Amino acid sequence: MNPCQFSDARRGFLKKSASVAALYFTPSVLVKTFAADAIVPVPIAKEKLKFTLNGKPVAVEIDARTTMLNLLREQIGYTGTKKGCEMGQCGACTIHVNGKRLKSCTQLALTHQNSQITTIEGLAKGDQLHPMQAAFLKNDAFQCGYCTSGQIMSAVTCVREGKATSRASIQAYMDTNICRCGAYQNIVDAIVEVAKSGAKI
Amino acid sequence: MNHTHLHKQNNNSYKINFEDERVDGADKVTGKAKYTAEYNLPNMAYGVFVTSSIAKGTIKNLDTAKALASPGVLDVIYYANCPSVPGYLTNAAERPKNVFEWRGHKVLYDNQVRFFGQPIALIVADSLENANAAIRLVRAEYESQAFETNFELVRKDASKLKGTVAYKRGTENAFKTASAFVEAEYAIPAEVHLPMEMHATIAFWEGDDKVTLYDKTQGPKSTQTTVARTFGLLDKNVRVIAENVGGGFGSGLRSWANVPAALIAAKKLNRPVKIVLTRPQMFSLVGYRPESWQKIGIGADASGRFVGITHEAISGTSRYEDFREGIVNVSKFLYACENVDTKYSMLPLDLSTPVWMRGPGEATGSYGLESAIDELSYKLKMDPIELRLKNFTAVNPENKLPFSDNNLKDCYAYGKEKIGWKNRPTTPGTLKENGWLIGYGMANGVFGAGKGSASVRALLNKDGKLTLECAVSDMGPGTTTSMTIIAAAAMQMPIEKIKFKLGDSDLPPGPSQGGSGTTSTVGSAVDLACTTLKQNLKDLAIKLVPAFAALKSEGLEVKNEMVIVSSDPSIKITIVDLLQLSPDKQIDLMIASTGKTAEQLKFTSNSFSSHYVKLAVNPKDGTIKILQVVTTGDAGKIISPKTARSQMIGGVVGGIGMALTEQLEMDHVSGQIINASFGAYHVPLHSQIPPTDVWFVNKPDVNMNSIGAKGIGEIALIGFAAAVTNAVYNATGKRVRDLPITPAKLGFKGKA
Repeated sequence: MNPCQFSDARRGFLKKSASVAALYFTPSVLVKTFAADAIVPVPIAKEKLKFTLNGKPVAVEIDARTTMLNLLREQIGYTGTKKGCEMGQCGACTIHVNGKRLKSCTQLALTHQNSQITTIEGLAKGDQLHPMQAAFLKNDAFQCGYCTSGQIMSAVTCVREGKATSRASIQAYMDTNICRCGAYQNIVDAIVEVAKSGAKI
Repeated sequence: MNHTHLHKQNNNSYKINFEDERVDGADKVTGKAKYTAEYNLPNMAYGVFVTSSIAKGTIKNLDTAKALASPGVLDVIYYANCPSVPGYLTNAAERPKNVFEWRGHKVLYDNQVRFFGQPIALIVADSLENANAAIRLVRAEYESQAFETNFELVRKDASKLKGTVAYKRGTENAFKTASAFVEAEYAIPAEVHLPMEMHATIAFWEGDDKVTLYDKTQGPKSTQTTVARTFGLLDKNVRVIAENVGGGFGSGLRSWANVPAALIAAKKLNRPVKIVLTRPQMFSLVGYRPESWQKIGIGADASGRFVGITHEAISGTSRYEDFREGIVNVSKFLYACENVDTKYSMLPLDLSTPVWMRGPGEATGSYGLESAIDELSYKLKMDPIELRLKNFTAVNPENKLPFSDNNLKDCYAYGKEKIGWKNRPTTPGTLKENGWLIGYGMANGVFGAGKGSASVRALLNKDGKLTLECAVSDMGPGTTTSMTIIAAAAMQMPIEKIKFKLGDSDLPPGPSQGGSGTTSTVGSAVDLACTTLKQNLKDLAIKLVPAFAALKSEGLEVKNEMVIVSSDPSIKITIVDLLQLSPDKQIDLMIASTGKTAEQLKFTSNSFSSHYVKLAVNPKDGTIKILQVVTTGDAGKIISPKTARSQMIGGVVGGIGMALTEQLEMDHVSGQIINASFGAYHVPLHSQIPPTDVWFVNKPDVNMNSIGAKGIGEIALIGFAAAVTNAVYNATGKRVRDLPITPAKLGFKGKA
C-alpha cells in the first residue's frame, strides 16, 4: 500500500473468507464441535535450548511448543517484550535475532538454538538509555507504553538497515508495528531525530 | 502472603527531563513497566477459555474427559462443576445482604449460550502450552436456537426495539418548516477498542475471604467493589492492582468474564491463576462500540439560523443486558436552536454486551449531526464554519445554564487559517492537485466536563520529598505526569521531588479513568491536598519557629521548598528544617475532594473541539489520502502540554479509523465475527497517518474547578470522523452516509 492511502487492498481476503464461512455453515439442531475423537493427548518431552540473551548465555529446558515470546515472558521473566496478538500481526513482540528484527510470537523457541537475541531490556547500557529510547521519551512517542518495546526494536533496525531516509520510508518500514493510542507521528519524529543525529545505534 | 514486593516501585536510575518528559516514561521505554499479565507468582496456573461455536442455544453435553487427561491439565471448569458464586444467584432473596447480582454474562454458570464465542469452559493447566493444547479436546454438543445478529435487518422492525426515550423542546419536526433543510440517515458499524494489551486477570486467594487481583482495569476501586459484591467479601479484603494499563479506550471500565473466571479457578484449585484473553477474544469478550443507525433532520432560515433539529437513533445491545448510548445528546445543546426533538432506542441482539468506546455515544451522534450540518451548508450555499458561527451559543439551550466557558470561535479562527480553508472549493469535486481530487472538511466535538469525588493522601517526608496517592489508573493519557505537574505547581517545588502513586485499590479512593474526568476530578483533589499541606506547613512554622510566632498564616507563603514571610522574604525556613522541629518529622494527611460546588453548578461545563482535514481522493479508484490535519481543543487550562498533544493526536488516529477503516464484520448465518484479528479488522497504521497540528485554547476555565482544567480524552475523537467524511464530500461530491468510507463506496470505476 502506498503511504497514507486507504485502498481496498486489505479487504479482498476478508470478503472471500466471509462467503466461504457462509457456505459451509448449515444450521442443525445438534451441532458437534471439533473432531476431538482423533486427537490423543501425549506428554511433551522437554527439549534443551541454548542461546544468548542480551549478551548473556541462557540454557533452558523447555516444552517444544513454547514460542520465543512465551519463553521470554513466562519462563525467563523478561516481560519487556509484549504480547499483543500472537498472530504476527501487531509487532508488540518484536525482538532482534542475530541483528534482524523478528516477531517473537510466531517463532518456536527451539528454532533459535545458538541465536543472538536482543530484547528491549538489552538496549540500555547501564544507566544510559539507548539513543532510540531517549528519543522516544523526548518526543513522547508513546502513551500507554504497551506497543513501545516493539516500536523501539523496529525503530532501531529501521535506522540500522538504512530505511530511515524519509518519513514515508520510515512509515512503510514501521507499518509492522501497531499503536492503538495513535502515537505514530511522535514515533516517526523520534526515528527521524535519531537518524539525523548520526548516532551509532 | 505479602505481595508488596511484586508491586514494583517507580524507582529507576535513568535520567528523565522532568520538565518535559513523562515522569514514568523511562519504565516504558526500557520494558521495565509491568502490566497485568506480567506478574509471575509462585505455583501459578494458567487458565484458557473454551468458547462456543454457536450463537445461541443450550449445551446438551460437554465432554471434558480427554482434556482432563491431557498432560498438565489441572481442571476443566464449566457449568456442571463450577463452585457457587454468591453474586451469580438470580433470586435476590437467596443472596447475602452485601452481595449484588453480577452484571453481565455469568461465565461458567449455566449451559446457555448467548453469543458466538462465549466462554463455555475454562481449562486450567500448569503451563500455557498445556492449557492451550487441551482446548481442542473439549467436545460440546449443542441444541441451537434461532438468533438475530443482523442489526441493519432487525432494526427496521419497531417491535424489536426497547428502552425508547424521547425528548422535545419547542415544536416537533420543525426543521421541515425551514426554507432549507436536509433529512438523512447515517450508519456506523460496530467498532472495537482493541487496546494493545489484552485483558487479563491474575487472582490469588489468601484463605476463604481475602483475595488479590492483578487486573487490566481502568478503575481499581470499581473492580474492587464489583469483586467484593459478587463474591460476598469485605472491600478491604479485595485488593486490585493495575499499576500500568496498556490502553483501554473504555474496555476497562467494567469487569468481564476473565475476572470471575480467574477468581473461581484460583479458589477451586487453591493456587494463583492467570487468564490472558487472546486477540480474537478481545473482539467479543470485552465490549465494543455498538452498531448504530441515526436519522437527522435539520433546517435553517435563509440567514443560516437553525429552525429545528430532529435526531433519532438506535444502537445495539445484547439480549441479556441493556447498554445505552448518548447518541442524540449533542443535538440538544451544542448549537442554538429552539425546536429540538430526539428519540433513542436500543436494539437487543444475540451478541455480547457493548461498552463505552472512546467518545462513546457522543462520537456516534456527532458524526451524524456534524455531517447533517455540512449537508445543510451546501443547501444554503453557506460556508460550514459560518453556519456554525451563526448558531453559536454561550448558553446551553437544553438546561438554560451558561457554559462555564466556550471558546469554539477561537478554534474556528485557528483551524481555518492553519488548514488553508480559503482554498476549499465551494462547489464539491472541482479542485484537483496532481490528478487527485482535493477536499477540505471540518466538524466539531463536545463532551461533558465533570468533576467527581476523589481522595488523596499526601506524605511529605523528612527529606522534603512529597508522595501523593490515589487509586485511579493511567491507561496512557499520562495521569501520573499531569498529577505530578499539578502538585509541583501548587507546592512551587521541583517536580522530581514529587511522586504520584496510582493503580492500586489500597490507595485512597479515586474514580475510574473514563469520561474525560480524571484530570478534573483527581487534579482538583491533588490541588486540595497541596493547599492543605501548605496550610499545615504555615501553621507548623508559626507554632514552632520563633521568628514566625507573631505572624498569621495569611502573611506566609510556601515555595521553593521553604516557608517564607511574604512581606519580608529574608524570614524563611526550609521545609526540611521545619519538619525536623516537628514532633512527627513528617506530614501525612488525607483529603477528600467532592464534586462541583454550588457556585460551579451555576454553569454547565463542556470541553469542545474542532477538527480540520485536507485530503485527496484518487478519481480512478476512490483511494483516499489524508494530507493534513489540524485539531483544536477548548478544554480549559492544559496541565501537561506534551501529553495533551499526544492525546489529541491519538484521537485523530482513532477518528481516521472510524471514518475510513474500522468495521466489525459479522457472518449472520453463523452469528460469528469474521474479522477478529488485526489482519482483518483494520486499525490505522503508521503510513496512513498524516502530519497533525494540535492547538489548544489553553485558557483556564475558572468556573469549573480550582485548577481550571477540563478533559480531552473524548473530544480528541468526537467529531473527527465527520471532518473526514465532510472533506471526502468536498473532494468528490459524493456523500457516503455509512462508515467506514471505503473506496468501493465512492463508486469510482476503473483502476488506479
